[in-house]
Amino acid sequence: MASKKRQIETVETTGHEWDGIHELNKPLPKWWLYVFYATILWSIGYWLLMPAWPLVSSYTKGLLGYSQRERVAEQIEAGKAAKAVYREKIAASDLAAINEDPELLRFALAGGEAAFGDNCAPCHGRGAQGAFGYPNLRDDSWLWGGTLEDVQLTIQHGIRADDPKTRSPGAGMPAFGKTGVLAEPQINDVAEYVLSLSGRAEDAEAAKRGAQTFASTCAPCHGAEGKGNLAIGAPDLTDELWLYAGGKAGIAASISNGRAGMMPAWAHRLDPETIKELAIYVHSLGGGQ
Amino acid sequence: MLIAEIQQRVGALGRNSGIANFAEAAPGIERSEAPTIERGGGSLYAPREKIYPKRAHGTFRTIKWIVMAVTLSIYYLVPWIRWDRGPYMPDQAVLIDFPSRRFFFFFLEIWPQEFYYVTGLLVLAALGLFLVTSIAGRMWCGYACPQTVWTDLMIAVERFFQGDRNQRIRLDKNPWSFETLWRKGATHFTWLLIAVATGGAWVFYFADAPTLARQLVALEAPMVAYVFIGIFTATTYLLGGIAREQVCIYMCPWPRIQGAMVDRESLLISYRAWRGEPRGPHKAGQSWEGRGDCIDCRQCVAVCPTGIDIRNGSQLECIQCALCIDACNEIMDKIGRPRSLISYDTVRHMEAAGQDMAPINFLRPRVLIYATAMAVVGIIMLTALMLRPDLEVNVLQDRNPIYVKLSDGGLRNGYTVKILNKAYEPRDFHIAVAGLPGATLSVVGQEKQANPVINVPADELQQAKVYVALDKGTAAALTGPTTEFSFVVTSADGASSAEHKTLFQGPER
Repeated sequence: MASKKRQIETVETTGHEWDGIHELNKPLPKWWLYVFYATILWSIGYWLLMPAWPLVSSYTKGLLGYSQRERVAEQIEAGKAAKAVYREKIAASDLAAINEDPELLRFALAGGEAAFGDNCAPCHGRGAQGAFGYPNLRDDSWLWGGTLEDVQLTIQHGIRADDPKTRSPGAGMPAFGKTGVLAEPQINDVAEYVLSLSGRAEDAEAAKRGAQTFASTCAPCHGAEGKGNLAIGAPDLTDELWLYAGGKAGIAASISNGRAGMMPAWAHRLDPETIKELAIYVHSLGGGQ
Repeated sequence: MLIAEIQQRVGALGRNSGIANFAEAAPGIERSEAPTIERGGGSLYAPREKIYPKRAHGTFRTIKWIVMAVTLSIYYLVPWIRWDRGPYMPDQAVLIDFPSRRFFFFFLEIWPQEFYYVTGLLVLAALGLFLVTSIAGRMWCGYACPQTVWTDLMIAVERFFQGDRNQRIRLDKNPWSFETLWRKGATHFTWLLIAVATGGAWVFYFADAPTLARQLVALEAPMVAYVFIGIFTATTYLLGGIAREQVCIYMCPWPRIQGAMVDRESLLISYRAWRGEPRGPHKAGQSWEGRGDCIDCRQCVAVCPTGIDIRNGSQLECIQCALCIDACNEIMDKIGRPRSLISYDTVRHMEAAGQDMAPINFLRPRVLIYATAMAVVGIIMLTALMLRPDLEVNVLQDRNPIYVKLSDGGLRNGYTVKILNKAYEPRDFHIAVAGLPGATLSVVGQEKQANPVINVPADELQQAKVYVALDKGTAAALTGPTTEFSFVVTSADGASSAEHKTLFQGPER
């Protein structure tokens, strides 16, 4: 049957037949096979020259000594070299000048964002939105000032940090309740008064009583009108933003227990250019003054 | 393999090639020698049977020379065409600018995110290929495919140094001599020169051609240029010079697809068996009664660049270059028979054996569908290109946090506004907020300026960090946590303006 077919079709078959279907003999070209062999030879050459085979505790290094880790190190060095031009400019310029030069600003913002993620985000949050006790850096309320220089100073020396130039070293808001300076009812009255500063007082009588205590006990730091004092990090009590809980119970807790937030100093951990970039970045988050 | 197969077929049909008698039959017609390589019996792998295409003369050969000249000229010359785009832009008409990620084509320019234009172009090219194939078979393969053009060029070089088919066969059969050496050496050297020129021209599409040419000569060009010249030199030499028809038969997927594209009305290179058979040698003066016009001179096989016998019908290996038509017509003229024994013809005409010569129906569904689809895609592309704005704005809203409460009880949202200046000169832009009454806008870096200006270099993207704030009263008047509004970016000269919708976020209420 097969031979008869073959004769009719005059095309050579392999002799294989399935249900009357004959397989024509269409052999693969030799060169195709040779290309396959060439790829095998290539792989052997590759094994010899490049890192290839895993060993128990190491791997074959290859004759060319290629290493991806070294390449990464080289690329990081190249990146640093490429950045050096800008970093020199940043080192030489004052903050305002950097902020007004669009090109330098873009570089500083990119660097600042990366440094912020590495160093600041654990406390202030990835988006700098802050948390209970950790200031939101995006709003327009600042404990220690929101100008470029203020922000730079805060980053350099921290707040109540282990740094000779740090702000408010060893000080903070006293625990008026715990130390017995104020009694429970007084604390309640002062809290009511503080609520009234942002128009939320519930008990006008209590607020009135609290006003006197406030004037004698709180005003030295927070000001007679409760507007706060940037020089000593006393918060403005009249606005709608609260670092700690802003309800009556929260305010009472602050008066009773005191508050003394701490931020580390970064001057001995980060180089001055990075701190400049961070200051520019934080200033750019919306609250900069 | 192919020729051996054909010989087998011819042998099985009980015919001789008739070459011996042919010279007597038609004086002046060159005798063709068939290669004698046999298939390696039983092997899983077939050695390549070298093909010695003979020079053809005639209409289609002339057309192919012209197409070759035109396509090669386009390839080599296009990077050198200059196109003035002003002082900020490259002046090369066709430029694929990888470093700045732009593609320039005369008056067109696309950015990477506009790659859909290239997709459209590829769709058009595919549909065009389908259309042409359904009308006239593998026109692309036969005339315009780079593989065909370069192979044709390489064969011409080979013919120049080693002579035509029979000389080449003899050269290969004879033992190695000085003549073999210099003829082959000169061929391969010229192939390599062509290959280098091909690779050399390729890189000019990716950089300013005159600059790169100077750099290449001075050995100062980027490494990647030399690498790509090397790659294209190797591929041109290997594919065009050495592999030739093997590329079409074994590597290219297109021949397999083509089978599905043609129908009974497609013009294909066809041997009119009804006119040619029964074939056989013919002596001068013999009667043509009771026999076909094919004198079995095998000239159609001799000129074939893929080494097939068109008389076996349409086949995968046939790239439809029409050289067999020229070869056969030449013979028909010499023996005084009508031309077009091999011709562009349809399957329907073939089956009707010359009885039903009703004109070819070009308005077939597949032709109309391909043509319509091409027209639709073409019109869409053209319209999109005509309406392509020179300014585009994208806005990314800050998501962490989505809004910030301010000390006065107001709200602020942050946005990154990206301004795509597609004009060929640097421009200044102003940003404004529309649809959010009472909003104040500030641009980082220009906080103190009343009317911030964002300068965007020519044909570049620039982004600005922007804050939009509402005071307590306006924020309280918002009806929900999200409010839609737009950024309107206007060029300083007022000529271009673009709007981008986005959202202002606030707390749940």
